[in-house]
Amino acid sequence: MKLRTALLGAVALGLSALAGFAQTEGDAGNPGGERGRDGQLNIIYWQAPSIMNPYLTGGTKDYEAASLVLEPLGRFDPEGNLVPYLAEEIPTVENGGVSEDLTSITWKIKDDVEWSDGTPVTSEDVRFTWEYCTAEGGGCAQAAKFDGIEDVEIVDEKTATVHFDTPKPYPYAAFMGGQSPILQAAQFADCLGPRAPECTEANFNPIGTGPFVVTDFRPNDVIQLEANDNFRDPEKPAFQTVTLKGGGDAAAAGRAVMETGEFDYAWNLQLAPEVLDQMAAGGQGEPISAFGTLVERIEMNLTNPDPSLPPETRATRAEPHPFLSEQPVRQALSMAIDRQILTEIGYGVAGRPTCNLVPAPANYAADNTDCLTQDIEGAKAMLEEAGWTDTNGNGTRDKDGVELTMLFQSSTNAVRQDFQALIKDWWRQIGVDAELRNVDSSVFFGGDPGSPDTFQKFYADAEMYANNFDGTDPQAYLSMYRCDNEPRPETQWQGENINRFCDEEYDALLDELSQTADLEERGRIAKELNTILTADTYTIVPLVDRGRVSARAMDLGGVELNTWDSELWNAADWYRIAE
Amino acid sequence: MLNYTIRRLLISIPTLLFISLAIFLLLELAPGDPMAQVPLTVPPEVKQAMREALGLGEPVHIRFWKWIVQFFWTEPLHLFDSWFGTAWAEGQQRVISWQTRSPVMEIVAQRMPQTLWVVGLSYIIGTLIALPIGIISAYRQYSIFDQIGTFVSMVGFSVPTFFTGVLLIVIFSVKLGWFPSIYDTTLVVNDWSSFVLQLKQMVMPVFVLALYNAAQISRFMRASMLDNLNQDYVRTARAKGLTERVVVLLHVLRNSMIPVVTVIALGVPTVFGGAIITEQVFKVNGLGQLLITAIQANDLPMVQSLTFIFAVLIVLFNLIADVLYGLLDPRIRYD
Amino acid sequence: MTDRLADEPARGPDHGPDRAHAVPAGAVPGGMAVEGGTPAPPRSQWWDVWDQFKTHKGAMAGAFVFLVILLGVILGPWLWSIDPQAIDIRARNSGPTLAHPFGTDQLGRDTLARMIAGGQTSMAVGITAMLLSLVVGTAVGVLAGYFRRLDGILMRLTDLFLALPLLPLLLVIILLFRDRLRAVFGPETGIFLLIVFVIGITSWMQTARIVRGDVLAIKEREFVLAAKSIGTPAHRMIFRHILPNVLSPIMVSATLGIATAIITESALSFLGLGFPSDYPTWGRLLYDATDYLQQYPERVIWPGIAISLTVLSVNYIGDGLRDALDPRIRGR
Repeated sequence: MKLRTALLGAVALGLSALAGFAQTEGDAGNPGGERGRDGQLNIIYWQAPSIMNPYLTGGTKDYEAASLVLEPLGRFDPEGNLVPYLAEEIPTVENGGVSEDLTSITWKIKDDVEWSDGTPVTSEDVRFTWEYCTAEGGGCAQAAKFDGIEDVEIVDEKTATVHFDTPKPYPYAAFMGGQSPILQAAQFADCLGPRAPECTEANFNPIGTGPFVVTDFRPNDVIQLEANDNFRDPEKPAFQTVTLKGGGDAAAAGRAVMETGEFDYAWNLQLAPEVLDQMAAGGQGEPISAFGTLVERIEMNLTNPDPSLPPETRATRAEPHPFLSEQPVRQALSMAIDRQILTEIGYGVAGRPTCNLVPAPANYAADNTDCLTQDIEGAKAMLEEAGWTDTNGNGTRDKDGVELTMLFQSSTNAVRQDFQALIKDWWRQIGVDAELRNVDSSVFFGGDPGSPDTFQKFYADAEMYANNFDGTDPQAYLSMYRCDNEPRPETQWQGENINRFCDEEYDALLDELSQTADLEERGRIAKELNTILTADTYTIVPLVDRGRVSARAMDLGGVELNTWDSELWNAADWYRIAE
Repeated sequence: MLNYTIRRLLISIPTLLFISLAIFLLLELAPGDPMAQVPLTVPPEVKQAMREALGLGEPVHIRFWKWIVQFFWTEPLHLFDSWFGTAWAEGQQRVISWQTRSPVMEIVAQRMPQTLWVVGLSYIIGTLIALPIGIISAYRQYSIFDQIGTFVSMVGFSVPTFFTGVLLIVIFSVKLGWFPSIYDTTLVVNDWSSFVLQLKQMVMPVFVLALYNAAQISRFMRASMLDNLNQDYVRTARAKGLTERVVVLLHVLRNSMIPVVTVIALGVPTVFGGAIITEQVFKVNGLGQLLITAIQANDLPMVQSLTFIFAVLIVLFNLIADVLYGLLDPRIRYD
Repeated sequence: MTDRLADEPARGPDHGPDRAHAVPAGAVPGGMAVEGGTPAPPRSQWWDVWDQFKTHKGAMAGAFVFLVILLGVILGPWLWSIDPQAIDIRARNSGPTLAHPFGTDQLGRDTLARMIAGGQTSMAVGITAMLLSLVVGTAVGVLAGYFRRLDGILMRLTDLFLALPLLPLLLVIILLFRDRLRAVFGPETGIFLLIVFVIGITSWMQTARIVRGDVLAIKEREFVLAAKSIGTPAHRMIFRHILPNVLSPIMVSATLGIATAIITESALSFLGLGFPSDYPTWGRLLYDATDYLQQYPERVIWPGIAISLTVLSVNYIGDGLRDALDPRIRGR
């Protein structure tokens, strides 16, 4: 029975993949012509790429830059569908590429693809890539994608079969997407494990199959590339040379594309909507946006972060939070927030108010909308009913000597600080006082167990940040809130269950999800899990479903903003629109 | 004086070793994690494996010793090799940056040209403007020149570069389109037109930094000149019948230079520390940008090496200043 | 002010050589600390200083502007009662109106109220941090310059502080002290003390180097040697003879120090070291407004003017004070 449903799921994925493929190949508007006809392309990333090897870095900026050169077997398109790149097709149970018991997947590489040095891409390279990332002591950043791979078997020169140790309902983690491209075995042969960092030349100038090759790599500054002579499509890329400049800030990057026209494409412009509008009025370029799974949210601390507690029990499950452990308080705090205004002020067209932790893909997104209307009076009534009243007349509600005062922290970022101020204002209207704190993001998101300010340690009552999940499957994402996965002193404050949420029913549902292969059934369970965390318990208070905003020059054609893969995923198709 | 200089140079060695240890321990103690920029989607176990691959699992004293060996032995050997084509450093681990997995010193060398072009030049220009302004302002105290000089330098110093930089970009890049808003570090100057391009892209950052430097130095120059213009020896010199030019530019200036030399000597190392904000605003990507991105990414070998180079320059230039005191005022004795 | 021009070049020869040192040496009897500023005789040196200061037009103007700003930020909240943190989302991004004479920001907070509240913080932080850095810098500089045995160790310490990277240093300071100070002094005072301490401790080195350089030269001058030869004790030497003569670079450092402190404070709040983000300061207002430079240029103007005026006024006060404390000029 299980097998049957799995099959259906895999078929559904395969079909959508094919549909996506047909769409991108068509690519209307590109006039075609000889390679390199459009000259120079200028791209600006306000975070400068440090390395061109995605296996040695977790930075988005790095693997996006690398995606101009290195390619995976398949990518995600802007709709989240799988598209074959180096592979002939996306293997599914239907086309026989995935074994019926879901323990192996067989990839067939296209016959005509060559590395930029002219040698053919073989299954040896696929196997090597797996060896490279799983080698002991290499510190491979994408190791999680290769989890559960027992072996990569070389069937023939162009065919490789990946064997898993357990059935994998979703076998597309490895070799898919910008984070796990294929490396050339010949170039990286001496760079396994601890020797990985010594291969500076290879890490800066990898031999790839992509549309461009690196001519000059200056770490954290600028990358210069030129068209790959051995690229499989003789008409692509349209640009002969590419400069990818890094550094500065988002405002400057936006200005360079939309106002001065010095650059053709700017990445990730998280700016206030009115600033973006002003820049777009410059007329040289326009902002483009697309939605993924990134959700800005407030996480409620279910444990007590009181500094007077001993470090062994502070902010651990041994000490429940004095008031946030009460559901009515959390719910009232959520009801007081006007998500519409937050979106309007912080993100404009690049944001949508949301009540869900998993906002996409459609199959997994629940339809909770209760939180979308602000209800100050309702929130007051709810607190009143729960026994929280202002007995001492200081403007803040209290009960049994506990005042509703919170420390509300976030990372340093202009939009987040505006949100903090607004939310503090609304909370004050329902009689809850908040002290704001912002922490430098390199500390906040760092895992230093010695620092009191990391988001894992959560020495605050509530905190705001954004998170998303890789690819299109939310299982790993929802599993973060499993009991015992919380950061605590014994785990050196590592762990992903930030709220210290613990619920048997939730964990049982998670187990069910991990054994279910049917797509529809998975969707039902995921929605239920999402609702437990949000609309049922208000442990996580989602605020805004955040899109990605980038900017392109008016005369740059072929750009399709992609939030599921590298933004430069289809740079081979970009071209200059004739005047 | 020679004795003093040699003694000071010898003392510098333990001083610098101590400073490098202090920096190392400071970085060790500072909260932060090289994995901070890794997306939250990467699980904690993978992050832990990545930290260990960087060598973070080893005890502090071993890592410090490794850095000392790499920095003071392997790196000079490499330099020697690259000059004379020998292969002594073959196979020895160099100081490797955690962000880029490449030798730190190569990136530093790569950043030198734009740092010197922009930050270095602006410092020289700033100093060259500041000295005459300071001298004239003091000599003609409370004249129109002095008042304007005071106003401009005070406003120039109190309005931060993150604002003046953006203001210049909005006016000259966006509205007028005269200068590029983004510095091109790959530009090679080999003919007249590329030289003009280089000038164009340098104008704004150099102006912002030069204004800031000139403001500071000219205030010290002016104050110190004022102090000396009233001294007895000035009267004596004038009484001797020396021309005003000789009195002011030879006697007074020489005696006024001590605080100015101090300030200038303190400023030279900061040239190599880069100008973090200005570099960021104009995307110059010099040493300042290198340092700040390394700090944000907790790239400890990079931060440690850069700050140590910086420390060497500080010790060196403060020594130079001390020696200059003795030349400017022979009465100053250190022995 | 220009009327002084005429007699300027002739200034030097007008004064006798002895008067310079006669005044500070003889004004206060006994070992009383001059620094305390408690004049014992009816007509003390400090009245002379005040008389001279009054004649300095720039200094009087500077003092006036400074007082106006100071009174403005202290009394402002009584005259302008809008809460600087109150958000009025419907009135966001408004230009100058009757209800909001300075306009509002992107959340509809009143800019005038924020300027007043920000001024309190910025002035307090700027002045205290500057004084702290000045006291530390001067003390280190004088001790190192005057006592040869201390010179080596103190200057190597200065080198060390100059070499320490600022950002990690700040992060370590928060790590070690923030929670403790919060517990003892409460969040606001705790953070204030921390900020003043941080700015002071990271900015005294330049003053120290400059003062030391001057002291090295001054202590070889004849009048110092003369005072030494009659057995003047070290503390009196320092307060009577050395300090008054290194005053002008200290004054310049003070002026520049205030500007640096106000700007540094705003940089600190980005690291999470400064005041909470909804707590306005001039530096922060200026930084936040820079993004909106093209749409709402008036927003950068207010904090820009406020900071510049404060620094300019302190500069002129410093100029006047230096002139007034210089016995050669005084009484002219």
